[in-house]
Formats: sequence, structure tokens, C-alpha cells
Amino acid sequence: MTLIRSISAESAKLFGLKTWWILLLVMVAYVGAFAAGMAAIFGGLLGGDQPIEGIAVAELVYSLGSTIAYAFPVLVGAFIVTAEFRHGTLTPTFLATPSRAVVLSGKVVVAAIVGAVFGLGIVLASVVPGAAVLGATGAETGLDDPDVWLIMARTVLAMAIWAVLGLGLGSVFRNQVVVIVIVLAFTQFLEPTLRVALGFTDLNASVGQFLPGAAGDALVGGSSFNAMMGGGGDQLDWWQGGLVLGGMAAVLVLIGALTTWRRDVD
Amino acid sequence: MARRGSPIEVRNLTKQYGSARAVDDLSFTVEPGRVTGFLGPNGAGKTTTLRSLLGLIRPTSGSATIGGKRYAELDSPLTTVGAALEANSFHPSRSGRGHLAIQAKAAGVPAARVDEVLLRVGLAEAGSRKVGGYSLGMRQRLGLAGALLGDPSVLVLDEPINGLDPEGIRWMRSFLKVLAEEGRTVLISSHLLSEVQQTVDELVIIAKGRLAYQGDLAGLAGETTVTVDAPRRAELQAALAPHAAVQPLPNGLVVTGLDAEQVGAHAFAAGIPLSALSTTASGLEDVFLNLVTGEHTTTAMEGAGR
Repeated sequence: MTLIRSISAESAKLFGLKTWWILLLVMVAYVGAFAAGMAAIFGGLLGGDQPIEGIAVAELVYSLGSTIAYAFPVLVGAFIVTAEFRHGTLTPTFLATPSRAVVLSGKVVVAAIVGAVFGLGIVLASVVPGAAVLGATGAETGLDDPDVWLIMARTVLAMAIWAVLGLGLGSVFRNQVVVIVIVLAFTQFLEPTLRVALGFTDLNASVGQFLPGAAGDALVGGSSFNAMMGGGGDQLDWWQGGLVLGGMAAVLVLIGALTTWRRDVD
Repeated sequence: MARRGSPIEVRNLTKQYGSARAVDDLSFTVEPGRVTGFLGPNGAGKTTTLRSLLGLIRPTSGSATIGGKRYAELDSPLTTVGAALEANSFHPSRSGRGHLAIQAKAAGVPAARVDEVLLRVGLAEAGSRKVGGYSLGMRQRLGLAGALLGDPSVLVLDEPINGLDPEGIRWMRSFLKVLAEEGRTVLISSHLLSEVQQTVDELVIIAKGRLAYQGDLAGLAGETTVTVDAPRRAELQAALAPHAAVQPLPNGLVVTGLDAEQVGAHAFAAGIPLSALSTTASGLEDVFLNLVTGEHTTTAMEGAGR
């Protein structure tokens, strides 16, 4: 009962402010433009030899959004916690719900919900312009293929997990600016660099597939990053990727629960 | 409407921060039906005590309970205890109404209460504006609205008068009186005695984390001194010393613990003619300052008959 109240309060907190939908709009515009461009390139508008063809083109176009945009749900998840520290609002939160475990659980549920919403945003932003361009160029849209629909469903799941992971990050580091720097540095620079670098040898490639971004890509399927990088590096099965990513999220939330969430509120 | 409150009990509460003791073996009880002032200078441990009571801080030892229960053990905390701590724990982009609506959801309080409490604290119109644009006084009122949300029988307010204009202070005073008359337990903190002097029925004064005084205002005001002088001052001092605390000052001897008549009688018995004899009632604020700076603590406690 208190958990349901906490979920209701936490979702009112998040969805009552502008932050989430501004981030969502930026992400949708970014993913939409990228998907349309990719569909145009691989769909044969440019003619000539294509590295991939057939249904793989549609799968690539539809799954790319999750590869380039997962930082958005991570940040939204992190803000659920960091905003409380930034504005000193944990005091009223804990006065209304003294059990910290209940507050944290409520936040995890809301993070998963908002992550799923971002996942839906990625799916729509990839599929609508992507399918339109692919259809216009005469390439397969893949919309009659169940595998393509599974990619969309797993995108929603992956983004839900990413948002929970972000909440874990926010719980561990607490400071909004620090979390933004970590997320941007890791997702935009460190992980892509590592994945390319580790892809050069077989042993390293098997390590590289356990990086969070690689695990997230594996969960979505469609092998977008690997396809872009010319197939370097191994990739986990989708369910393995899901377990790796979910495990990382769980560990971060647990560390946060044992540290930040036990602290005195001064 | 009667809202019989539960007593607040603080027992041997201690909170250690590194090598510093913010609260040191503090014990006191706050009874329902009256306004209790919780006083001490900044840094005396008031906020730490209140936060321990509200489950926000884990005490090093001891306990602080409401009706015998720790805050976290209360079945429905916001409908039992209403608390307003510092006046800046609001998200600036949320409206006052939005803030209260979230608290109401979290506590399972009907949403209709939000407008009721906004009306009661005089924020009915400002409620839909963003808190970022509120004055300190408006935030104090919003904090109070949050405390009243669950119609609790116990109220804990940290510095509720701070930042209010004179009209707001008068409003807050009468408001707190009404809440206490309804039978609620009302505990308000302040670092200025003069700020709450006209509001409180009972005082708990702490200094350096320890209890310095608990009792009513009259007990605190009981402190009077007698200033006496005689040409043979040294003999007079010797005659009075066995009966009271005597402090020699340039203008005479300051005697604590006897009234003017008793001082005169002792001098007469010793055969010492007086050149001056007068009574000085220390101001409450003086007594308070003496208490919290650690001087005359014992005397004041005795003076209060405790």
C-alpha cells in the first residue's frame, strides 16, 4: 500500500516537471533524423554496393536509435535521485514515506516506466521515418516480420533497464553535474573507444561484449554497432545482454541503497 | 475540534558527528495541549534533535519518540505528526499546490486537503505559482501547510517565525495557540526567546547539545538579584556570603538567592549600616543568554525550582 502511494507520488514528481519531456523531444528529434538518414544511405538512395541488404537494413535502421540514444533514459533515471539532492527535497519525501526502502522501490518502478516511455519514443522515432524512407526507396520495411517487432519490444525493455541503471548511478554519485559528466563521458567517448579498441583481438572482443553499451545492443538485437564497425567484436545473445545490463543496474542500485539511501538527511 | 496529541519524548538522545557531539544525552518531554518552545543558539543541536525525532537522522544512542513510537514505526506518519523543517526544501519549479499534491499522494491524504490547507495558511491564490518565486514568509506558510496536510495531532516546526513580517508573526502566534487549544502537541524551535516569548506556554532550552532548562516562562523569569552596598563593604560581603551567592561589582555587591528584605535583615543583624539597597529583575533575554552561554546554568535551574 505504501509502495503504491510512493509510486504515485514519485511519478507525479517526475512527470509534473518539464525535464522529462524536453529530454524526450530532443531524443526523438535526434533519433528520427538519424534513422531517416541511415535508411536513406543503406536503403540504396546512394546506389552502389551496400554492406548489408534485405531485412538486415530495416533491423539496422530500427535498432540504431537505441545505440545512439540510451544516454537519455540513463540521465532521466539519474535525475529522479539527483534532483532530490539538488533541491534538498528528500526531507519532505522521507517525512511522507519514512521507509527508505519503499521510497527507493517507488523510484525504481518510476524509472522503469519513464525508461519504457523513452524506449517507445525511440521506436516511433526510428520506425516512422525509417520505414517511410525505406518504403520510398523500394527497400524492405520489415514491418511484416515478427523479428522486427521483437527488436522494437526489446528496445522498450532495454531503455527501461537503462533508466534504472541511471537511477543507480544517481544514487551512487548524488550530484547532478557529476552524473551528467560521467554519463556523457562514458556513453559518448569511453565505451565507443573501448569497443573499437577491444574489437581488434579475439580475447579482448570477448571482454568488450560485456561493456554496458554492448550488452544493451545485444539485448535490442540488430547488431547495429557491430554492423557499423564492420562486424568487429563478439556479441552476446539478446537474453544474455539483458542479464548483463540488468545485473549492472541491480548492482548500482544496491550500492546506492547501502550508501546514499542510508545516510542522515541534514 | 479536539485533536488530542501524543507526547513527544526525547530520552538520552546523543548524536556524534566525528569528534563533535551535536546532541549530548538530551532528555525532555513535550506535552499535548500547549505550545512548547525549543530554544537554543544556532548550533546548539535543535535541528539535529528535531531531525532525529522525525527519523531523518539516526541517533548515535538514545531515542526520540512520538506517543512511544519512533517516527518510522508510525502507521500513518503525516496524519500523526506534521513537521516543517527548513523553508527551502521545495523544488523551485513546482507550484506550492504541486508540492502539496505530491505529499498528499505519498501519505494517502485526500487531494481535497491540499486546497484546504492552502486556504488555511493564506496561500490560496499563490498556490498555483512556482515556489521559486515565493518570499521566505510564503515558504514558511507553505511549510506549515505541508505540516497541516494530514490534520496531525502533533506539530513539529523548526523556526516557524523566522522570516515572517510583523503581520505574519502575529498570524502565526494566534495560529499556534489555536492548534494547541485544540489539544495538539505543538513544538516550535527558535534561537531567539523574544521571538516566541508571547507564544509559548512551556520552554525547553538547550545549549551545546545539553538540556539547560525545562519549565514555564515564569520559572525562567524568577531570577532577580539584589544590589546592596555599605561603607564597610568587605564586612557586608562576609556577612552575606554564608546565605547567598555574592558578586562584588564596582557599584556594590550583587546578591543572588535572597530578596531585598532578607539582605537588609542580614546586614542589620551584623550591625552594618547600608548605603544602597535595590532589586533588579533580570530580563528574560538576559537569563536566556546566560543559560545558553553556559553561565549560571545551575542557579537558573534552582531558581525554577527544578
